[in-house]
Amino acid sequence: MIEMHDVWKTYPNGAVALQGVSVRIDKGEFVYVVGPSGAGKSTFIKLMYREERPSKGSIFVNGFNIERLKERKIPLLRRQIGVVFQDFKLLPNMTVQENVAFALEVIEASPKKIRQRVNEVLELVGLTDKAKDLPAHLSGGQQQRVSIARALINNPSVIIADEPTGNLDPETSWDIMRLFEEINNRGTTIVMATHNKEIVNTLKRRVLAVEGGQIVRDQKRGVYGYEN
Amino acid sequence: MKIRTIGRHGREGLRNLSRNGWMTFASISAVTVTLLLLGVFLLLAYNVQQFSKQLESQVEMNVYVKEGAARADVLELERQLKSLPELASVTYVSKESGLDQLKDKLQENASLLEGLDKENPLPDKFILKAKDPQLIGSVAAKVQTLPLVDKVNYGKDTVEKLFKGISLVRNSGAVFVVGLCFTALFLISNTIKVTIFARRKEIEIMKLVGATNWFIRWPFLIEGLLIGALGAVLPIALLSFGYSYLLSVYPSFMYFNFAAVDLVYSVSTILISIGALIGMIGSVMSISRFLRI
Ligand SMILES: Nc1ncnc2c1ncn2[C@@H]1O[C@H](COP(=O)(O)OP(=O)(O)OP(=O)(O)O)[C@@H](O)[C@H]1O
Ligand SMILES: [Mg+2]
Repeated sequence: MIEMHDVWKTYPNGAVALQGVSVRIDKGEFVYVVGPSGAGKSTFIKLMYREERPSKGSIFVNGFNIERLKERKIPLLRRQIGVVFQDFKLLPNMTVQENVAFALEVIEASPKKIRQRVNEVLELVGLTDKAKDLPAHLSGGQQQRVSIARALINNPSVIIADEPTGNLDPETSWDIMRLFEEINNRGTTIVMATHNKEIVNTLKRRVLAVEGGQIVRDQKRGVYGYEN
Repeated sequence: MKIRTIGRHGREGLRNLSRNGWMTFASISAVTVTLLLLGVFLLLAYNVQQFSKQLESQVEMNVYVKEGAARADVLELERQLKSLPELASVTYVSKESGLDQLKDKLQENASLLEGLDKENPLPDKFILKAKDPQLIGSVAAKVQTLPLVDKVNYGKDTVEKLFKGISLVRNSGAVFVVGLCFTALFLISNTIKVTIFARRKEIEIMKLVGATNWFIRWPFLIEGLLIGALGAVLPIALLSFGYSYLLSVYPSFMYFNFAAVDLVYSVSTILISIGALIGMIGSVMSISRFLRI
């Protein structure tokens, strides 16, 4: 499903973010990526949907060879992966339902199918009554749920999330986590970078700990392992 | 691309116009100002061009036939002149009709010419016009070599001065038009660049959610086209009213009649095309650098 072999990443300014990362994530897994700030978690995640390119090493996601992937084919990869961002990345001029529908419009789905899927995912994230609102009129947790709905709409086999609860209060964070649990229970692979100790320690899942650009710990039903 | 996607891009382009109200207004204003300038200049340039053509077309040369040439030889000369490809027209003026013309010119003073009928001092002549008046000098040199040609006269000094003036005006006009077009492109694409820079986050998000470059470009392209076309509306309206008003008040200048009001329609077509084209190019150029993600 996701495989990295000896992946290195040096940013153009010389910052070394990853140093020889190798990992394999199988279908249906739920993986937390933890580690101190600046450890390389976001970089690790961005490589998977090709927001960043590896400096060295090979990466396979859903059968796509990321370093060989042609510029033109990147959208194809991204359509198979749902990405949930810490800052939501919602289109400010579009309503909730337009934001969610966008991910289906890009594949030129029929309006009927789009309407149907949008209703389904908005119901799943509990935002049916906010469908016609602009993102700016929603709370942080609601915006995050919109971004999850958008990530889900293509029925991706993987959802990648970078600190999806980073901007949310504890209670809302738990709502969001329950949503991820539910999505994972349906067989969707989830990779999530997080600083949320309580969540990692309570919902015991595989934990990848990253420090200084290297994976220093890989535990089956792991714990957070850092003081916040 | 499916038809409904084209529709979607069109709707999206239109909505972006109203969503980005002030930016749209700023871009349209930039287009309006430059196109107005360009339009005024195009009208002016065309009229100057016509005026100079008219001046040029008045340039002609007189070819005087040698004294005592036989009738048949004059006809032969006429045939030779007519066969010259550089000439647009060849008119024969016999010494008799030359005198008549002179009498007409002098009118009541024609009595001065009395008695000349018997011993007409005027030579036979041909009046020639060159196809390209600018080449009249070389044509004259060529004609001079023909047998029976006595003298060729085309007001060398005056004509050369005239042509110098005309080409100066023409060349500087062309430079100015090209310069204005580039200024327009620069100004418009810069304004669009600013509006798009404000929306780079949106473009980035669209890319991250799996949109292809063209899926993102199309609405921007349509938006740019509309901005350019809308920016042409006011200049076209002002120029149409302005030019027809000018024609109604000053239909001519010296002996020159200003180009008919149809000219405004051609200029309008040019303006709206340039506006739309530059709008599209400006949009597509400006977003390309944000698509690299
Ligand atoms: N776009 C970039 N350009 C240059 N350096 C970068 C860039 N993004 C990250 N880095 C550097 O790479 C290293 C890893 O950053 P990364 O964002 O992956 O860390 P992180 O583990 O996600 O941190 P955090 O927990 O604070 O989000 C850091 O030293 C950072 O400064
Ligand atoms: Mg990070």
